[in-house]
Parts: sequence; structure tokens; C-alpha cells
Amino acid sequence: MSGAQPSLVVHGAFWVFALVAVVSGWRVFRTDSMVRATFLLLASFLNVGAILLLLGGAYLGIALLFMMTVEMTVMAVFMVAFMMNPAGLNPMSMVHQPRVAAVAGWAVFAGGAAVAVWGRFPRRPLDPAADVIGALGTELMGRSMLIFETAGVALVATMIGSVVLSSRRSRFGDEAGDIGSLPPMLDSAAGTYPPGVVSEPAGAGHHGSHGDHS
Amino acid sequence: MTLTTVLVVAAALVGLGLWGALAQQSIVMLLMGIELMINGVLLAAGGLWALAAGGDPKGQLLVVVAMAVMAVEMAIGFAIVVAVYRARQVDLTDGLDSMAG
Repeated sequence: MSGAQPSLVVHGAFWVFALVAVVSGWRVFRTDSMVRATFLLLASFLNVGAILLLLGGAYLGIALLFMMTVEMTVMAVFMVAFMMNPAGLNPMSMVHQPRVAAVAGWAVFAGGAAVAVWGRFPRRPLDPAADVIGALGTELMGRSMLIFETAGVALVATMIGSVVLSSRRSRFGDEAGDIGSLPPMLDSAAGTYPPGVVSEPAGAGHHGSHGDHS
Repeated sequence: MTLTTVLVVAAALVGLGLWGALAQQSIVMLLMGIELMINGVLLAAGGLWALAAGGDPKGQLLVVVAMAVMAVEMAIGFAIVVAVYRARQVDLTDGLDSMAG
């Protein structure tokens, strides 16, 4: 697709995808609902995947589309779990140091854009007739197999690590292991749970001790 | 769709991601910012692979490794958020001013 002269259709599609990717990436941090933010981030990823397809990376583009669809769906569940603003019905602005962040973001964009505009890169476009997927497979299973296998081992370590980190702390999985697993208080100003939500254990004052236990 | 335009779009995504990661208070939203930055990195790597490297398969390998990094980041990041919430009942970055406990 991206031979010496990409067609007008490819150019137009690129600009549409690029615009949607950037605008939805910006709206991620401007929407009130964290679930909506997740799906806006998914939109940004899908459009980048489409651009990768336009560039001729068939495997990379499709892999990104599938992977991010699943990943963002899982992320949406976490967003519901950690949403501080039920259903995004209230206006939400959970930001700190907004000026520093904006300056840093603009600076990185300006630096990257300057490199893009004034940097000197070789002009060696992809051969449209090339078998890119076969080349990737040969690379993964050939010279770069060690790198590929390292990524696989890292993913196994991630699975083990995430289970260890998020599992119950208690040795026997009894009452003490559930500390902190309670639903967040909807009325945090009151500082107490509604009656019936927490069953008070006999002689234990664990609940509500905000981190001062070891 | 030239290399310049692809890289400018990638820079915009990285800048937006950094802005979000620095400005958002919620730890999960911070992770979203990091994901957006990696999104820009993927686009830049893909653009350089297709338009400047002549389709060298090592460029595709780099993108695959970046995708694996993204998966690792999200899984471990959310596991840490869950562990922190269990220990402290905290889900804002400002609440995490020490690592004890």
C-alpha cells in the first residue's frame, strides 16, 4: 500500500485516523467518566492500529486491534472498580499540578515534532510486494528468537507477579485477608460504612484504621 | 502520509499521554496516560519501520516487544493499584507519600 506514491485515498484515510487518534487521546483526560475514558483510549489505539495497517504492517496492525480491544475491555472493569465518580454523572476534575503537566506535554510534543520535521531520516519505503508477515515470523523464530523468548518469560513473570501482588495478604485467607477489600465508602465524609456492610469481628479493630497498622 | 506527518502524530500522542500521566490524580488514570505514550511509541516505530527502514523485520520485532511491554505495564500496574488499595485504602497518587506498610 505504501509504495513510492501512496494514493490520495490512503492520505485521506491517514489524516482521518490520525485526527481521531489524537482527539480521542485528548478526550481521555477530559471526560467525566473513567469508563468512557477507557473506551476513548481504545478508540485512539484502534486508529493507530489502522494507521499501522495503512503503513503496510498487516500483522502489527491486526495484533494491535485485537490486543487493545481485549485489554481495554478488561481495563473498563478496573475503571468501574476504582471509579470515584459513580457513572460519571458528576463533573469530575481529578487533577494536580495541571500547569507543570501541560508544559511538559507541550514540550515533549514540540521536541518530537521538531525531530520529525527537521530530523534527517533515510527514505527507504517498504516494498509493497514484500512478505512482511513471513519476514516477521522468520525473524521471531530465527535470529531474534532469544528476544522473543525473553518477552515470553517476562509475560510469565508478569502473570505470577500480578497474582502475588493482588492476592490476599493473610496466610490462611481468613478474616484478616479481607482487610482493605471492602467497598469504598460512598459518603467518605462520614467515615463509616452503612450498618450491615461490615460484619465487625469480635475484638478486632482493624476496620477503618487507615494504614497505621503494619 | 509521510514519515514527518506520522512522527508528528506520534509526538502528539506521547505529549498527550505525558500530560495525562502527570496531571491525573487517580493512579489508574495515570496508567492510562502511560498507555497513551506507548501508543505514540508504537506509531513512531511502525512509521520508521515502514518508511525509513525499508521494512526491516527487526523494526516489526521492536513493535512486538513494545506491545509486550505495554501488556506487562498494565497487568503489574493494576496489581500494584489493587495491593495499594488493600493496604492503605488509597487510590490517588497524592495519598501515596510513603512506601511503608
